[in-house]
Amino acid sequence: MRFTKDHEWISVDGDIATVGITAYAADQLGDVVFVETPDVGKTVKKGDSLAVVESVKAASDVYAPVSGEVVEANGELSGSPETVNAAPEAGGWFAKVKLSDASEVDALMDRAAYEAFLGTL
Amino acid sequence: MSMNSVGRPTRPEAPANDASTATLTGGRGLLQDEPLIFELGGWDKSGVDLPEATGVDDALDGLLRHDPIGLPGLSEPEIMRHYVRLSQKNHAIDLALYPLGSCTMKHNPRLNEKMARLPGFSDIHPLQPVSTVQGALGLMDQLAHWLKTLTGMPAVALSPKAGAHGELCGLLAIRAAHEANGQGHRKTVLAPTSAHGTNPATAAFAGYTVKEIGQTDDGRVDLADLAAKLGPDVAAIMVTNPNTCGLFEREVIEIARLTHEAGAYFYCDGANFNAIVGRVRPGDLGVDAMHINLHKTFSTPHGGGGPGAGPVVLSAALAPYAPTPWVVAGEDGFKLVEHEEEEAAAAFGRLTAFNGQMGMYVRALSYMLSHGADGLRQVAEDAVLNANYIKARLSDVMSPAFPDGPCMHEALFDDAWLEGTGVTTLDFAKAMIDEGFHPMTMYFPLVVHGAMLIEPTETESKYELDRFIAALRALAHAAKAGDVDRFKNAPTQAPLRRLDETLAARKPRLKWSSVSPAPLAAE
Amino acid sequence: MRYLPLTPDDRAEMLSVIGVKSIDDLFVDVPAAARRTGVVDLPLHAGELEVERELSALAARNRTAGSGPFFCGAGAYRHHVPASVDHIIQRSEFLTSYTPYQPEIAQGTLQVLFEFQTQVAALTGLEVANASLYDGSTGAAEAVMMANRITRKGKAVLSGGLHPHYVRSIETLAHAAGVATDTLAAAVDAEAAVIDAIDADTACVVVQTPNVFGTVTDVTRIAEAAHAAGALLIVVTTEAVSYGLLKSPGEMGADIAVAEGQSIGNGLNFGGPYVGLFACREKYMRQIPGRLCGETVDAEGRRGFVLTLSTREQHIRRDKATSNICTNSGLCALAFTIHMSLLGEQGLRRLAALNHDRARKLKAALAATPGVEVLTDRYFNEIAVRLPRDAAEVVETLAGAGVIAGVPYSRLAPQAGMDDVLLLAATELTSDADIALLQKALTKVIAQ
Repeated sequence: MRFTKDHEWISVDGDIATVGITAYAADQLGDVVFVETPDVGKTVKKGDSLAVVESVKAASDVYAPVSGEVVEANGELSGSPETVNAAPEAGGWFAKVKLSDASEVDALMDRAAYEAFLGTL
Repeated sequence: MSMNSVGRPTRPEAPANDASTATLTGGRGLLQDEPLIFELGGWDKSGVDLPEATGVDDALDGLLRHDPIGLPGLSEPEIMRHYVRLSQKNHAIDLALYPLGSCTMKHNPRLNEKMARLPGFSDIHPLQPVSTVQGALGLMDQLAHWLKTLTGMPAVALSPKAGAHGELCGLLAIRAAHEANGQGHRKTVLAPTSAHGTNPATAAFAGYTVKEIGQTDDGRVDLADLAAKLGPDVAAIMVTNPNTCGLFEREVIEIARLTHEAGAYFYCDGANFNAIVGRVRPGDLGVDAMHINLHKTFSTPHGGGGPGAGPVVLSAALAPYAPTPWVVAGEDGFKLVEHEEEEAAAAFGRLTAFNGQMGMYVRALSYMLSHGADGLRQVAEDAVLNANYIKARLSDVMSPAFPDGPCMHEALFDDAWLEGTGVTTLDFAKAMIDEGFHPMTMYFPLVVHGAMLIEPTETESKYELDRFIAALRALAHAAKAGDVDRFKNAPTQAPLRRLDETLAARKPRLKWSSVSPAPLAAE
Repeated sequence: MRYLPLTPDDRAEMLSVIGVKSIDDLFVDVPAAARRTGVVDLPLHAGELEVERELSALAARNRTAGSGPFFCGAGAYRHHVPASVDHIIQRSEFLTSYTPYQPEIAQGTLQVLFEFQTQVAALTGLEVANASLYDGSTGAAEAVMMANRITRKGKAVLSGGLHPHYVRSIETLAHAAGVATDTLAAAVDAEAAVIDAIDADTACVVVQTPNVFGTVTDVTRIAEAAHAAGALLIVVTTEAVSYGLLKSPGEMGADIAVAEGQSIGNGLNFGGPYVGLFACREKYMRQIPGRLCGETVDAEGRRGFVLTLSTREQHIRRDKATSNICTNSGLCALAFTIHMSLLGEQGLRRLAALNHDRARKLKAALAATPGVEVLTDRYFNEIAVRLPRDAAEVVETLAGAGVIAGVPYSRLAPQAGMDDVLLLAATELTSDADIALLQKALTKVIAQ
């Protein structure tokens, strides 16, 4: 699993990256009440808005940590957005992206680096 | 992920059982448990007596509504009970201090209400011949004169229906001016991070991209950052003055100069005009456009969320682009300019069907005439005095966000003083409810952590201010003394305990349904 | 001063607590160049009776709708409002409360909003309604923005039967937001032309029924054509009482319904404040502008109401909000809800039928007036007629004779080439005697 400074995580399997938000981010947001996932087939560039996650008092863009094409969106979240709070780094994933440039992954932080980064906030 | 707000609990924690306020029937003393109007059995009656109609024109065959609509009707005594019972579950400025920062909850004089109900104002149609509404046009002309004189600006567009509508009016006038001057390529609006949410929302609505301007440590616009961001793409800046931290922008004249030098216009959010009315004229500060919330500074009632009114004063450079309609005084009386032709050829368009919020114009003018030039100046002075008095008397127990120097009409505190108590700004606000006060604006502006923004207004007596201060001091001591339950359980004295906003947003139920759904229950 | 509680002694004591010498010390942040020492050049304070005298004199210079025969409509209608409505809305707890941001002490306002939303959804025949917008015209402009957000197609088709001031309000906002408008030529029965104007770029179609000429239209076919092209149908209604007699927008396939709610519970007030009704299909719930009130429970499981889905709104979403609206029309919505709760379905249907009945009388009288041609065939409580002379001149002359005969179409759209068209409305307040006086005066003017 790799991480961004914007609190997204990705987990890569072959050329498919699963994207979500970190436990820290989910905790900061509070109770998630709505998630807008991307349409399958959408092409995103690294840093583009990939999804929107809403709590009662905040709406946040989830940025694509890598470039590629959306191949799957987590449909479960529309009916049970609370999964983002319950399992942010597992069942609460947002979308799967087919990598167009695998080297982008290497530029992301590993867990130790991310945790060190959290310590600076 | 973009982090644009501090997460805070939006559902209640399980209350301690001993704090339960339940009774056997749901009623509590003077507070009745009141169902929805749809649950009172009014499916076959009406509280209005009307004669029977004789028939329907054949031409309407196939156009008539046959299915039940689903509207209950009740007799007058039942309606009075229902709505009076509901009214008793509201806080109101007539009950106690309502210190919502940025909202200017001042007393609403009843003379205003009486004047607005004169049939000569309330029972006239916006499209009846102008020769039959000369008094109404005269009133609009007089209101315009007061607003222009108080702000030192040459023109005013009266029709915007509220503050945000006024912002739209101002930005559309700016846009029209740029387009007329070959500057239509300017697509950026600059606004501070501390701005009201309406500012960036309006700019986006008007087709602009918003960039944020930084803030200095003493809560003002960062001039260096502003200067760096002012470029040939900038159409306007939107700055609130006094700002949302309750501070006067000391460098406002320089802000205006830099803005104009870059070819942009200065939109001032006038939500906080109450702090300076009669003492400072925005026209002297280099402002090009500013809305005035008649429902704040000029005492028209908030009515549980509206209606308001947001006239916009305009500089000479923007005046030609004001939206229709407007009133012109001529030799044979007043006329109403309603179309974008002749003298209004440059108008950017129309914002609403008719003449704006006439009912609010009457109330505002009634208030202005009552106070006069001298009284309005005293309004600003007393509003500022009251806020500084609160700040002075709470600074030893709470932490002012900007301790140095005076504030204007509102005092801003952060939550640093709550650190380690286990009590949050939200908890503190809810505990204020138990003490009989409406909470202050909380978590706004966004630039201050756990913000608490207190605006008392000038219509509070010293006695009421001292009561309020005593309550906040007592609560502050309780928080620091570790009486956390008092805060976490609060409110216990209100008609309801804390509400589950998470549930409301996850399972939106926005209307009553006859197919009696299961009662909502917390997950 | 009667609105200022502080005494000079209070002020002195408070300044000393603050630790400053004078009030000027609290205004030190104001640049010296902008500090004004004296009072501005306006009259000084005045007592209640002086203010009342001055404003009453202005009010007396207006000819009130109730003082004689009166036939103006065109987006604002004179109806009877029960006395209890104005009494309740003046209760301190409704009149002097703020937006219900602290739900524990605002259940009164919130429950009213929930009732209002339920009533509006029922009246429009749609699933979801908001807690009000400023008025019908701004609501129509918001609806166009919303439809364009949903379909992202960039163009709105505006019917020739849409009130010209609504057209301009929509065009003004659409122009700024980069949404194109295709405004069709004014026509009494304009809706068929709308179908021809729909194309692949159409984001939405805006149709009014009853339209500005009074024509009632079954918009079902327009809805089908719009939906086939991937566009949304927005149905505008300026006379909310018509919901009591005519098929609802939802029943005819509308995706969004917008209405001016002034007719229920609110006076003419020279054009404002009014109350915008806004409803739509449930699937578009998250694109609605303005506030929404929703049901929930409190910590003890009791039913309560809160503002909800607020992430659509400006105070959270800022530049990505669905609208910039903050203040809405709460107190007018309260008046609407009280009046509607008094009427109930029975009363509303009867009121609507009565309005139509009065318009039948009016139409018959005008049809029998030599030189007058009735243009509106299917009408509710408003009709358009063609006069043998300039309608604005006729209205001015009749005003001199004590009859307010209606709205000349040229007042709304001077360039439409319809200078001889007059719009007249009748309501339950229009008596047989009013109609007879109009007919007599009109006959005389036409004969001159």
